[in-house]
Amino acid sequence: MRNEIRFSGFGGQGIILSAVIIGRAAVMYDSKFAVQTQVYGPEARGGASMSAVIIDDDPILYPKVANPNIYVIMSQEGFEKYGAAAEDPAVMLIDSTLVHSRPKCRCIEVPATREAKQTLKKDIVANIVMLGALVAATHVVSGESLKKAILDSVPKGTEDLNLKAMQLGLQLGKQP
Amino acid sequence: MSFEDWYRQDRLPHIYCAGCGNGTIINCTLAAVDSMGWKKEETVFVSGIGCSSRAPGYILTDSLHTTHGRALAFATGVKMAKPDLHVVVFTGDGDLAAIGGNHFIHACRRNIDMTVVCMNNQIYGMTGGQGSPTTPLKCLSSTTPYGCAEPPFDLCELATAAGANYVARWTSYHVKELEKAVKAGLETPGFSFIEALVQCPTAFGRRNKFRQVMDHVEFLKTHSLLRAKRDRLLEQGQPLPEDMFVVGELTKRNRPAMGVKR
Amino acid sequence: MTRTEFWQGNTACAEGALAVGCNFFGGYPITPSTEVAEHMAVKLPKKGGVFIQMEDEIASMASIIGASWTGARAMTATSGPGFSLMMENIGFAAMTETPCVVVNVQRGGPSTGQPTMSAQGDMMQARFGSHGDYAIIALCPATVQEMYELTVKAFNLADQYRVPVFLMADETVGHMREKILIPDTVERIGRKPFVDGTPPFRATDPDLIPGFPTFGTGRHVHVTGLTHDERGYPCATNPKLHMALVKRLVDKIENARDAMADYDVVNLDAEQVFVAYGGPVRTVMQVMHDRKDKNVGFLRLRTVWPFPEKALAKFRNAKRFLVPEMNFGQIAREIQRHVKVPVHCIPKLGGELHTPDELVAALEGNA
Repeated sequence: MRNEIRFSGFGGQGIILSAVIIGRAAVMYDSKFAVQTQVYGPEARGGASMSAVIIDDDPILYPKVANPNIYVIMSQEGFEKYGAAAEDPAVMLIDSTLVHSRPKCRCIEVPATREAKQTLKKDIVANIVMLGALVAATHVVSGESLKKAILDSVPKGTEDLNLKAMQLGLQLGKQP
Repeated sequence: MSFEDWYRQDRLPHIYCAGCGNGTIINCTLAAVDSMGWKKEETVFVSGIGCSSRAPGYILTDSLHTTHGRALAFATGVKMAKPDLHVVVFTGDGDLAAIGGNHFIHACRRNIDMTVVCMNNQIYGMTGGQGSPTTPLKCLSSTTPYGCAEPPFDLCELATAAGANYVARWTSYHVKELEKAVKAGLETPGFSFIEALVQCPTAFGRRNKFRQVMDHVEFLKTHSLLRAKRDRLLEQGQPLPEDMFVVGELTKRNRPAMGVKR
Repeated sequence: MTRTEFWQGNTACAEGALAVGCNFFGGYPITPSTEVAEHMAVKLPKKGGVFIQMEDEIASMASIIGASWTGARAMTATSGPGFSLMMENIGFAAMTETPCVVVNVQRGGPSTGQPTMSAQGDMMQARFGSHGDYAIIALCPATVQEMYELTVKAFNLADQYRVPVFLMADETVGHMREKILIPDTVERIGRKPFVDGTPPFRATDPDLIPGFPTFGTGRHVHVTGLTHDERGYPCATNPKLHMALVKRLVDKIENARDAMADYDVVNLDAEQVFVAYGGPVRTVMQVMHDRKDKNVGFLRLRTVWPFPEKALAKFRNAKRFLVPEMNFGQIAREIQRHVKVPVHCIPKLGGELHTPDELVAALEGNA
């Protein structure tokens, strides 16, 4: 089983960290293989930032993601640059607070930034809400592994906040 | 022991020209090192390229004769990796202030614990007498055939501004003072810089009206202005003589230093 | 026993260095290698080692040579523009037989080029970039695992052969994160001990490598970049002595070509054979996996310099070698020197890895 996930948003949302957390969850706690890559450079700071993860049961040879089957899009510019070309059978999770476009493929709307702001009073954890939603919707890694990888990766003192954000996302991403 | 015990006898005679001032500077430095009671196996001499930089090759310790201008960067590696070693660097005006200028100011800034003796002959001696960053205005060299048009560096001002803990200037005439200054530098934790103006009869003297070796030494003697005297003149609001250079201990302080043996 | 990590290539490089005992890092920040320096800045002081950020790459290279003479296992990490600046003192390290490790996470050049994109344009510079004749060792990692393992190997080779060893990585491998297995311990090969009473630069063993007289041990060794005799004394106008010295510096590496050859071969009977190193290895592996064609062979190089030419001869039926490189054919040209069949260069510039489709097209283009 192989999943290719592309994350995009604007600099500062934690797009890179999201990809690293998912990759880490797969490798460290699900005993899978993963490769995480990202776009470096000035455009990754302010404008559209992009990171990708491949998760596979077998070793990953070619490491770049060309045709993702899963998208996590957290900004309008990120959608236009890295999400607009998505087609079926891909699935796209969208932060519906910030992205007004919708893709041609199946779309799961997650009001991550709004929920993070209203429920948790911290919009900084919107990316973790998206990760929870991603795992609930696609099961690319297990919920338990996601939790462990989040705890490995977030700053000390913010564990509770991030776990709440993850739980919130797991609820928001649940598919009927 | 005396300074003579620090020479590699099997490397002599040296390559310096008759009348060169570098031997004097090396003797003074080795006398100062000897008076510190340091052992040969815990002392490392480092140099770059040029006449001055041949000095470590004549000294019976571990020594690193490196690339042009880079001596201080190599010395930084030696000292930081093994602070137990005493590091002394020989350099010249071209090596230190032209190609090595950046390494010079950063070694001063880091205030890394080493002593640097610069033999300033105001010219590139080894390559046959080209202008250097300390060639005085109007002086002749093979690349300033109509007189040097560029104002020179004051190496001591540079070292002070960049952060060295100890800075002094003397000449090949002032052997006792020079030895004392080098010793003071060796004793100072942090970066010590001692500039020694030297005669270069072959490349500088014969182009610049110092027909005899002693003409240049005499010039160094008569044109050096003691720091104390300079300070007096300044206090009295008197003008400083334009054709003279200041000698003496110019900076002594205790900025935070790196690489000091614990 | 091993433990699993999910690391970036540059982190794996730094951790490999620490595992094999690197205790001195002198460097200057430059994309895309900076993470190596940053990781060493965090870890080295805690292990009693020294991290120093120098004023430029010239000084970085100088500092690691100085440190190496005190016995330190010393390294620096850089990318193209910094590598260019290091060339002067890389020559000094070769001439003075100073063990040291230089990591070059290659980016697009020439000049400032593409700081954040991948390339392999410094392969010839690694071999010949400093002036004069000399020989070095260059290793090319294709995975995060190899960033770790080949860094370990680089230190051991540097000490063993008394030579600068280059880890010629690329942005692709340096920046990607993937699964890596960390062993509890790694092999450590030190420097040949110095035999007291022998001239410091006399090589009496058949391997042509003299013992290492560490500074501070009372050997009173003079180290100079000038042509020197066995005592280490400058002797720059003796033609025979210069010839003998430089020949030894080259021979001690070239003679060990087979011993340090590190490569994998797949489908030795194949008529078409890919040769790759670094990032493009990953694309070739994908193509090999997808096609499962016994008539397509693969030579995967880890040692690139000295070039393991005998590996090419193992493909006895080869009618064509295909060489995907992120440059205009630097190693393809080296391969062509050793084989009679055509060598088809598949260059890719711009900063991205070859795609599997591109390699398939090259394979089928003239099959």
